[in-house]
Amino acid sequence: MNTLPRWADLVLLPLVSLLVALLAAGAVVALVGQDPWEVIQVLVHGAFGTARGFSYTLYYATTFVFTGLAVAVAFHGGLFNIGGEGQAVMGGLGTGLVALWWSAFLPAWLMLPIMMVSGALFGMAWAAVPGYLQAYRGSHVVITTIMFNFIASTVLVYVLVNHLRPKGSMSVESVPFAPSAQMPAVHELLGRIGIEWPSSPLNLSVLLAGLAAVAVYLFLWRTRAGYRLRAVGSSPGAAEYAGIKSRHQVVMAMAISGALAGLVGMNEIAGVSGKLILEFVSGAGFTGIAVALMGRNHPLGIVLASLLFGALFQGGAEVAFEVQDFSRDMVVMLQGFIVLFSGAMTYVIAPILARLLGWISKPLASKTTPGVSHG
Amino acid sequence: MDEALIGAMLASTLRVSTPLIFCALAGLLSERSGVVDIGLEGKMLLSAFAAGACGAAYGSMTLAILAAMGVAVALSWVHGLACVSHKGDQVVSGVAINIIAAGLSAVLGTAWFHQGGQTPPVSDAVRIQALWPGLADAVRGLPVIGPVLGDGILSHNALVYLALLLVPLVWWGLFKTRFGLRLRAVGENPQMVDAAGVSVMRLRYTALTLNGILCGLAGSYLVLAQSASFSQNMSAGRGYMALAALIFGRWHPVKALWACLLFGFLDAAAIRLQGVHLPGVGEVPVQAIQALPYVLTVVLLAGFIGKSIPPKALGIPYSKER
Repeated sequence: MNTLPRWADLVLLPLVSLLVALLAAGAVVALVGQDPWEVIQVLVHGAFGTARGFSYTLYYATTFVFTGLAVAVAFHGGLFNIGGEGQAVMGGLGTGLVALWWSAFLPAWLMLPIMMVSGALFGMAWAAVPGYLQAYRGSHVVITTIMFNFIASTVLVYVLVNHLRPKGSMSVESVPFAPSAQMPAVHELLGRIGIEWPSSPLNLSVLLAGLAAVAVYLFLWRTRAGYRLRAVGSSPGAAEYAGIKSRHQVVMAMAISGALAGLVGMNEIAGVSGKLILEFVSGAGFTGIAVALMGRNHPLGIVLASLLFGALFQGGAEVAFEVQDFSRDMVVMLQGFIVLFSGAMTYVIAPILARLLGWISKPLASKTTPGVSHG
Repeated sequence: MDEALIGAMLASTLRVSTPLIFCALAGLLSERSGVVDIGLEGKMLLSAFAAGACGAAYGSMTLAILAAMGVAVALSWVHGLACVSHKGDQVVSGVAINIIAAGLSAVLGTAWFHQGGQTPPVSDAVRIQALWPGLADAVRGLPVIGPVLGDGILSHNALVYLALLLVPLVWWGLFKTRFGLRLRAVGENPQMVDAAGVSVMRLRYTALTLNGILCGLAGSYLVLAQSASFSQNMSAGRGYMALAALIFGRWHPVKALWACLLFGFLDAAAIRLQGVHLPGVGEVPVQAIQALPYVLTVVLLAGFIGKSIPPKALGIPYSKER
């Protein structure tokens, strides 16, 4: 059993898991004949060394906060939502559709909130259906969300290819939105108040992500609805006895989770591309799983883990630029190792860690309380 | 419909279905023993890379297939270490395997072969060729049944027939042998199996090993039979589709075979129907046909067309009572 003290469980275990994952990735780097130390230096510099690099890090992190929170909320409801990818795709579709319809004649202060709500609603609907099917029809949410990922991507392709693509255009994308549907970029806003900032895709969605994290914290730990959701997640039977309808909570958890994933569209579609495109999620839904696992399903942890992954994606791109034959997919691989070691293998690592801690603390304990060791 | 079209459709259906059948049977063995396997996709992908890399580097078909199997079995054992030996979450572990495979195959491919993640094409000697090209040619000339028999059925390579042969073999193994009985029992009620003095862990590891071997065959098929080289993310969701087929086939080998063939047929039809106007329907959106396997699986799981009931102990880690 996991007998780690609380601080070690919350802080040390994720760090050790991360370390093991980094070591595994480092071993692969060394295996292909590259210098892990050099890679790390370039990576850290690329992610944090320049204002531009740091902006990119924050931009990537924004998307991961949304998908990470999505996984975490479902998890607190006792569900594993692998469908963040599909929900983000549908969210982006929702964000883009209203922008295509109304951005020509609505002002930005009205357009952007509508886009946000629409994206959240699309993502919510796409997650609520698997939630409903699990709660009322007994089909497992893991399998249905996987299926919904594929269905979502074919829906997006269908809508783009057959309806939104301008006639005669070869590239699969919609026409650009009017400027009112553009989430303001951070470098433009800073430029307006006289601060010179290098241009990057970082946009106001980063604040939205921060707000979402705070909102999720308040909802889960400071409201009755959040309490009910967590109660069902930790013990459906006990929750039922306490008069909580666990089926409602399952649908609720999935709906909130999907709405959060749907907000990805605000960062990628409203913030960056300015039109509806095909590959705007590209794995962020799965990165959300790694983020939630690293962040121990707590909003603060998720923000930190998102920064870590944002840095990895941005730094990884820089390394791919600098080091010959270094693939950006190294970051994807590391992400996989993190999911493996901090998710699936916690039960392998935790007992070892507990034993190590025991060895370290035993001599200390025997020095301070000599009587105990005789007992 | 003319015979040539039926022959061609049959041929492409079988070709597309083969990796699905291998993977669905792999998943079936694992899930019947109580271990969820989301990682089919990753195992197939990384073993395809192993086959491509080994085939290109050493020029040996046997070595390529062995490498593919070895890699897939190793991933299965990682899954086992996390979820059978310890009580890790089986879904999380499967997701991890998929992500690791996608990343690792690209990283190693880029570094070793300098072609942006692709492997160089393997030589013809390494590729798995049609088993009876002479026989297929001879039969093709026959009236009416010629194209169907020659093109559709006899034109394939050994792996296609192996996949088809494995279906009754797995059925027999599962339902007619003592090992199969125990394997099914351990997926339904591991406590009982343990009480009978049979090792739950050994059974589940055996299932995972067989699962790896089959995934390795699926990966080998992609690289050595379907195309001549490995390219990034070439499994393209087939592992998930096999998982859908396995569920659609209600964890039964023969039903899973039909599901694989149905999904393979839909895939083959989608390619053929691109831009074709059907009378009365108009142009069929290809995406609708591509999404159909997943939609059908969801509808089945929701209990709207029959019921698909998984093994009872699926996904629950087994811990001995003390």
